[in-house]
Amino acid sequence: MMLTLLLLIPLIAGILSFFLKGEGVKILALLSTLATLVLSGFVSYEILVAGLSGTNNTLDFSMPWIPQLGTEFSLHADGMSAMLCLLTGIVMPVIIIANWNKEVERPWSFYGLMLLSQAGITGVFLAYDALLFYAFWELALIPVYFLCSQWGGEKRIAVTFKFFVYTFVGSLMMLAALIYLSTLNPGANSYSWANITHAGASLAPETQSWVFWMIFIAFAIKLPIFPFHTWQPDTYEQSPTPVTIILSALMVKMGMFAVLRWLFPMVPQGVAFWSNTVIILSIIGIVYASFLAIVQTDLKRLIAYSSIAHMGLMCAAAFSNTQMGMHGLMVQMFNHGINITGMWLIVSMVENRYGTRDMTKLGGMATAAPQMAIALAIISFANIALPLTNGFIGEFMLFNGIFQSASAYNIVFMAVAGLGIILGAVYTLNMVQKTAFGNTTPMLISKDMTTNESLAMALIVVLVIFLGVYPKPLLELTQSVAQMMVP
Amino acid sequence: MKAIIAATIIGVIMMFASILSNNKSGIVSLATVLFFFLFGINIWEVYESINATGVAAPAYLNNMMSLDSFAIWFSMLMSGCALLYILLLGKEIAKVGKHVGEYFALIAFIMVGIYLLAGYSNMLMLFIGIEILSIPQYILAGSDKRNLKSTEASLKYFLMGSFSTGILLMGIAMLYGATGSFDIINFRMLQTDALNPLALSGILFLIIGLGFKVSAAPMHMWTPDVYDGSPTPFTAFMSTIVKAGVFVAFLRLFHASFGNLTNHWMMIVAVITATTLFIGNITAVFQQSVKRMLAYSSIAQAGFMLFAILSVNATAWQGIVIYAVAYSVATIGMFAVLIKLKDYTYDGFNGLAKKEPALAFFTTIFLMSLAGIPLTGGFMAKYFVLLAAVQQGQVMWLVIFALIMAAVSVYYYFKVIIAMYFKTGEAELNHEVTGYDKLMLGITCLLVILIGLMPQLLLNL
Repeated sequence: MMLTLLLLIPLIAGILSFFLKGEGVKILALLSTLATLVLSGFVSYEILVAGLSGTNNTLDFSMPWIPQLGTEFSLHADGMSAMLCLLTGIVMPVIIIANWNKEVERPWSFYGLMLLSQAGITGVFLAYDALLFYAFWELALIPVYFLCSQWGGEKRIAVTFKFFVYTFVGSLMMLAALIYLSTLNPGANSYSWANITHAGASLAPETQSWVFWMIFIAFAIKLPIFPFHTWQPDTYEQSPTPVTIILSALMVKMGMFAVLRWLFPMVPQGVAFWSNTVIILSIIGIVYASFLAIVQTDLKRLIAYSSIAHMGLMCAAAFSNTQMGMHGLMVQMFNHGINITGMWLIVSMVENRYGTRDMTKLGGMATAAPQMAIALAIISFANIALPLTNGFIGEFMLFNGIFQSASAYNIVFMAVAGLGIILGAVYTLNMVQKTAFGNTTPMLISKDMTTNESLAMALIVVLVIFLGVYPKPLLELTQSVAQMMVP
Repeated sequence: MKAIIAATIIGVIMMFASILSNNKSGIVSLATVLFFFLFGINIWEVYESINATGVAAPAYLNNMMSLDSFAIWFSMLMSGCALLYILLLGKEIAKVGKHVGEYFALIAFIMVGIYLLAGYSNMLMLFIGIEILSIPQYILAGSDKRNLKSTEASLKYFLMGSFSTGILLMGIAMLYGATGSFDIINFRMLQTDALNPLALSGILFLIIGLGFKVSAAPMHMWTPDVYDGSPTPFTAFMSTIVKAGVFVAFLRLFHASFGNLTNHWMMIVAVITATTLFIGNITAVFQQSVKRMLAYSSIAQAGFMLFAILSVNATAWQGIVIYAVAYSVATIGMFAVLIKLKDYTYDGFNGLAKKEPALAFFTTIFLMSLAGIPLTGGFMAKYFVLLAAVQQGQVMWLVIFALIMAAVSVYYYFKVIIAMYFKTGEAELNHEVTGYDKLMLGITCLLVILIGLMPQLLLNL
């Protein structure tokens, strides 16, 4: 029931928003996102406690939907889904608080679409039926498409359309594979997680190896891993910042989550067959995106490329097939979501105050707006995974996982991926230096963080440091899932 | 059988109504009431057939009609769509020309044709059904007599239509030569190993003849001109309900009679499907006018419906029903919006979202359904026909090709959405959008979503 509420609150609030005018929309959005935060916190807590006491630590809900198709409306939350719902629950109110004073055109439709996308994303994290999962997967995309195209930058229409078509093609391929798998297992529940993974896993290895790509393409585009990433920097750059946060903190996690929840159990032999290929692609992505990030002058593009590099590392660890890597990956999904949200918040503050995102024209923020500069420094340290920030624990485990992997090239993989950390330090610190220090650029509005911005930022910074010092709750929440995936 | 008789009587009443009265809105109201009545009779028939389970399907007209539960169910759904069509576009039909009563009479006669095609069991009835369905369409296409394009559409449709009917007749004759019977049950005796060449060429001719009627490529040449030239309300009817009716005839014949001969005709239909999908989708991309785009899109959608023909299994029957309704509802809704606009090009939609947010929202839902986005009827429709093809096996390549083409279709459907929401401009309307229009479009929109959420409501099988 709680899981259904997690879905219904943003859905209903989102639909209601379209009928409200004026300030009420913002309040409704804030209240509903706070409600989901509390609810997802509660779900995570229950799962955590149940896991510690060794009882059944999942929540399930199901009711019939279209029995003729063998699909049902079934939701399932284990540690991983609860954690990602919690991430969604944290990020959404942060976005709304941080943008509280910003005027948007047609707020009813803006906030309505934001809430609808939240519903879609939550649905993806909770769905336990492949067709339901597919439906949510598409539904999360549509509000975001409208958000980017209406409130984005100059080239928004063409860019977001490319993004839309790109991801749509990917999902259609996945649909074909899902239909195929469901026909292998006719009956009332052919789409349920248990049945469809069973159907996939009992396929011949050669079949699995092509089914793998049909499914993985959809996820690879969303992640994005090299060479499917071309939509990403443009879309991040053109989207309004709140939407960029949704895209990079939450939707990207949809891809990673889907790989773990659906792809791995569905075609295990296909995964084993292609894992070196995917790791190589991911590592190329890390190095390539890091080098591109170094030469960027636009803050948004820089962070976009840095995000590709981070996702590449996560993807490589996912395919390393070690428990340590898997566990680190789950923790890192959460941490990356928090860090990048902080990053984008700062970018949007900078853009508001200086009227530009061009690093060559920025400078001296440390004297003009010291609070912002401190926040930037902390988030940047988390971005390069300095110890005592939350980035450290995740990346440490990821590297450990890649190193332990059974692949013959594990050392090479780790060494090249490790290059990403060094390059990450280069571009991140360079960014801090150029924006916070150097010649002072005059601000358009000379103001440090406003109350609502400080509130949002404080939440992020506290999480960064708290999870860096004491990551145990996060680790325990996801432990059983990692153990289940790689025994 | 009651529905067939009722539809005929309604047609006659409508013909005389125009003699007795010149009041256009009165005639429209009369037609609306009569189509409600027709729908009611259909529901009555469905109710009867549900109660009569276990009894053999009643046969009529010397066993030339066999109204099984599928036929009755499908007729009911199509009457429902026709009713929706009249409710949405009735007022626009009255604006096409002077002879309002006759237009509704012709629509009623077309419904008779659809009922015949849903339940025929004899080639003679197939032929009569196709003719009853086609001839009123030739007239409707040319009903805007002052418009040269409409006249051209009518003539083109008539010439191409009669040509294809000739081919169809030829096919029927050849099959008669091979089996000595018009009864489709007797075609089942055709054996794969000792197939009479006459029967084989008969099947080929039937594919071509019926392919013409459902605008399958390469027999689609008439479609864009006819759909573009005809008055918009009639295009909405011809490209949806009528097409669905012919598809069911196609399906019935090829599954009931030639179902065990698939290795002889499946590849042909598969190639036709691929061509239809390709030509329909790719050409639609390059259109400037939304009406013409919808004409090509109807070819593209026919490509998906052809999947039901080539997959000989029970899912295909479910698929064609869901496809027929989902596609008809969304397309009729789309045409109902289009007709309100002055300018039929994409630019004519610019800025519609600002001017008429409700209208733009409904259009978005219709277009998403046509593009096959989940939780709309169009998705479930595509899902069922593709599922049928996957179950059939052998045509996985075609399924993947169709999905790529579905992605292409997003391009031209979303171009309208982009124009409405993201481009600035003043979309000019022909006349004010009334509360009634919004209500009806809202209901249509709800239907689209309902089909997407619970497609099983459309299945009685």
